[in-house]
Amino acid sequence: MGGRPGKVRQPVIEVDTLTFAYPGGAPVFEDFDWRVAEGEAWAVLGPSGCGKTTLLYLLAGLRHPTGGAVRIAGEVLERPRPRTGLILQDYGLLPWATVRENIALGLRVRSFYGPDGRHAPSNERSGPLEDRLEPWIARMGLSEAADHYPAQVSGGQRQRAAIARTLALDPDLLLMDEPFASLDAPTRESLQNLTLQLRSERRLTTVLVTHAIEEAAILGQRILVLGRPPTRSAPVIENADSVRIDFRTTAAYHDRCQELRLALEKA
Amino acid sequence: MRRGALALAALGLLLAWQLLAWGVHRPLLPGPFVVFQTFAVELPGELGANLAVSLWRVLASIALALLLAVPLGLVMGQSERVNRVVSPVIYLLHPIPKVVFVPIILLFFGIGDFPKIFIIFLILFFQVLVLVRDQAAAIRPELVDSVRSLGAGRRALFRFVYFPATLPAVLTALRQSIGTAVAVLYVAELFATQRGLGYYIYVNGSTFFDYPKMYAGVLAMSLLGVLLYFAADGMHRRLCAWQFTT
Repeated sequence: MGGRPGKVRQPVIEVDTLTFAYPGGAPVFEDFDWRVAEGEAWAVLGPSGCGKTTLLYLLAGLRHPTGGAVRIAGEVLERPRPRTGLILQDYGLLPWATVRENIALGLRVRSFYGPDGRHAPSNERSGPLEDRLEPWIARMGLSEAADHYPAQVSGGQRQRAAIARTLALDPDLLLMDEPFASLDAPTRESLQNLTLQLRSERRLTTVLVTHAIEEAAILGQRILVLGRPPTRSAPVIENADSVRIDFRTTAAYHDRCQELRLALEKA
Repeated sequence: MRRGALALAALGLLLAWQLLAWGVHRPLLPGPFVVFQTFAVELPGELGANLAVSLWRVLASIALALLLAVPLGLVMGQSERVNRVVSPVIYLLHPIPKVVFVPIILLFFGIGDFPKIFIIFLILFFQVLVLVRDQAAAIRPELVDSVRSLGAGRRALFRFVYFPATLPAVLTALRQSIGTAVAVLYVAELFATQRGLGYYIYVNGSTFFDYPKMYAGVLAMSLLGVLLYFAADGMHRRLCAWQFTT
């Protein structure tokens, strides 16, 4: 287990007897329970159609349970929560806004509503947008791409922009849906390493959804393996060693991938 | 398009007009010099007043069309159910040449500005509606979801997603239909009115036989169409710069 012995960590995500079906469809989840503790890094692994993206959307408050409840930080989720960040594989950036405007979008939405506790955290700090924006643009290596439109920059830069947009909002929970699936291998690896770095720096709780065994093994300290729906319960593979940045070069990594492959076949 | 090329084209057209006027050599076709002179003299007076009336009618119908067609187009583009019900109706009504409704509309609404505004409104409404609907339908649900995850509710979605996403459709629709709208305005202003460029052109041509004035009216109406077209095109380039980058 990833938890420190003797100290009970607050669950950030509590999924209680969750049932979910799309209108007119068969259930994707049935009486499903799941807990995610603060600071944990989860990967949700499964083939397409297993409901992993649905699960992420439920955690994001973009879909609503048919039965049961999803609680984040102790509160039943009824709409997207301001401190939860969501990063999608593609199409997340506004095509009509420059990279800089896209990164600023979350902050602009917040100042559009003001710190109302619903759309923005009630303790949202104010101040010039640039002060919160420029450090992220620099950190993500986007200074030169900042005034271009998404269609004019590379896939890796687009995904960096999506990450910057989310992290500029200072989330405590980060949800990622196949964020690096459409990138070439070197770009994917560098963004995976960046994710590891950011996670340890900012003590984020993360849930990453993926169909790629290798990605789950690198970014998930605990891995939930989903099979064919409806999901009632799902095996959890422990993968605590993956915090090491050189994990992908070790023998343990290959063993873990093999273990995940078997778990996927069984599921 | 480059400004220089446009100026050259305009010059070429004026030259052709002048040559034609020389060739015909009758009061029926005055040359551009005479017409522009009349235009300049008349503009501060009667011509300007009629131009203002026509401009007001076009702008009012643009505003009315946007006010009604944009929200309906957005709803149709985003709601499969609404689209299923409304689209067949639009499909039947859209291709009907609206100008044939002029006599009917005049019959029902009589004299005054409203029937003229209404007829242009009809033309613009369908054009804007269809393009906004298609553009709204093309908005990816993932995009809406990701902006919602940033905290956006309905109002912020409109401000940050729906409005900028459909702006190109609105401006394209205006650019495409402004010519037809001005043409139909001309027809509408031939009946039951004593104001507007259509009336000015008709009365100077057919009653007073004052051809330079008639041509000045034609010029004013052409400029009305051209300038509105330029305005829509310029706004498109300015406000939707992302569509013009490579």
